[in-house]
Amino acid sequence: MAEHLRAWNPNAIEEVIEFRGETTLVLPRKILRAVAERCRDHAELQFNLITDATCVDRYPHEPRFELNYHLVSIPRRDKIRLKVRLSGSDTVVDTLVPVWPGANWLEREIFDLFGIRFEGHPDLRRILLPEDWEGHPLRKDYPVEGYRDVPMVTGFRKSSV
Amino acid sequence: MTTVETATGATKTMVLNMGPQHPSTHGVLRVLLELDGETVVRAVPDLGYLHTGIEKSCEDKTYSQAITLTDRMDYLNPLGNNLVYCLAVEKLLGLEVPKRAQYVRVMMVELQRISSHLVWLGTHAIDMGAMSVFLYCFREREEILKIFELFAGQRMMTSYIRIGGLALEPPAGWRGAVERFLKMMPSRIDDYESLLTGNRIWMGRLKGVGYISPEDAVALSMTGPTLRAAGVAYDNRKVFPYSSYDEFEFDVPTRTESDCFARYMVRVLEMRESLKIVRQAMAKITDSGPIRTEAPGIVPPAREKMKTEMEALIYHFKIFTEGFSPPPGEAFVTVESPRGELGCFIASDGSPKPLRAHFRSPSYINLQALPKLVTGELISDVVACIGTIDIVLGEVDR
Repeated sequence: MAEHLRAWNPNAIEEVIEFRGETTLVLPRKILRAVAERCRDHAELQFNLITDATCVDRYPHEPRFELNYHLVSIPRRDKIRLKVRLSGSDTVVDTLVPVWPGANWLEREIFDLFGIRFEGHPDLRRILLPEDWEGHPLRKDYPVEGYRDVPMVTGFRKSSV
Repeated sequence: MTTVETATGATKTMVLNMGPQHPSTHGVLRVLLELDGETVVRAVPDLGYLHTGIEKSCEDKTYSQAITLTDRMDYLNPLGNNLVYCLAVEKLLGLEVPKRAQYVRVMMVELQRISSHLVWLGTHAIDMGAMSVFLYCFREREEILKIFELFAGQRMMTSYIRIGGLALEPPAGWRGAVERFLKMMPSRIDDYESLLTGNRIWMGRLKGVGYISPEDAVALSMTGPTLRAAGVAYDNRKVFPYSSYDEFEFDVPTRTESDCFARYMVRVLEMRESLKIVRQAMAKITDSGPIRTEAPGIVPPAREKMKTEMEALIYHFKIFTEGFSPPPGEAFVTVESPRGELGCFIASDGSPKPLRAHFRSPSYINLQALPKLVTGELISDVVACIGTIDIVLGEVDR
């Protein structure tokens, strides 16, 4: 897999991590979309299912965010993890919705809880939290118990959708 | 309120709010339906009403403490959630679980699968107007919950599966209880089928409703019975076996019609396959043997050891005060839950608490396909479509 992508583009992979039998390919942010398309379309790869996408916040280390995409190839019975690292000051990455439509809500969840922006996403709105929520709770600098000094909202509010 | 743009002209369509307190949304799902007469033109699901921040809470608990949180996500499949979380932590630690514990785990999650499908069948039948099936399904589910109570002392939030093995030794007399259930269940499934499968109203409500092509289903990351009803035989138990599933013989039922009726048939057949697996697991479980792996400092020592050995007492104290620290790294494990591929991603930074615990919940991702299923259908069929995706809102919103 790693050799295949290196043969295609020598700069395609920054790092290959092997841990407990799982292979992780760390990609440069710029070519994520191109690698994703290749993973889906090439006859030797055929990763047709994006099973999960999630983010890890390594605050205070930089690059702070790690995006993990878990791909499955149903015909080849194979799994792979693609990883992209983002710095806290520039949290923008290309969307993968055109490659796998199933990435839509996965990316919305990451946007909602981590505040990562997905360039070109068709419907980038908050999904789990109300639209007027402040902050991104799964970031490490967001307290577990939330912000206590937020005033209670009383009475009926306009619905968020 | 964000406006739902109309597709066929503003004067022709109306927007109807369904939920979040609608009985057939099985929880607190809200769907905005744009209707042209009785036909759905567009559907926009709105979720998050049950968001409790379980993933954030996990980051503030030690690895063993977080098990109890996983029970509460998919409350119809607590044992499956325990299993996927424990498998992920065990992978992170590089822990091997004794075969006996693995077989008990398999037996328990398969019983759980049957009970989850029973709840689905009963509630879905109510949605479609068949009241009596609900009562029969819950009668049998009660028997499964009694077995869980026997094993774990708890009916629903059992937390029975622990890191490195099981919480308790299987109780005396468990074989008789499971055997009685296995003897009773096949004829009961026949009863449901005789009530529903050939029923003209049931067929009329489900056949040809909510079609999705296999290509779309894979593209939208659907998994579980919904995907298998579209003809894609993707089942984690077969494709990426875990917990010794490769030693069991069972079939993966599929259908090709990909409508609501096909999803119903796949679930009924899955119940029968699960009975086969439970029977095989029973035969494999020996009457004695370890139920926990030997891993000092990670798995709590046996009670007798604590009273006789100093090291065991120290480990016991350390496990429950500070926890244990897996090596830095990441692990992603998927299992087949009753609803589809349930995944757990854990990132460790070498501290006793997970840096990040993420759950790939099948309900959440399958729900993504709802607009595709209901567009062009009648409004009454929306209920059938939501029902046959089989969502659990506790898991959708986490």
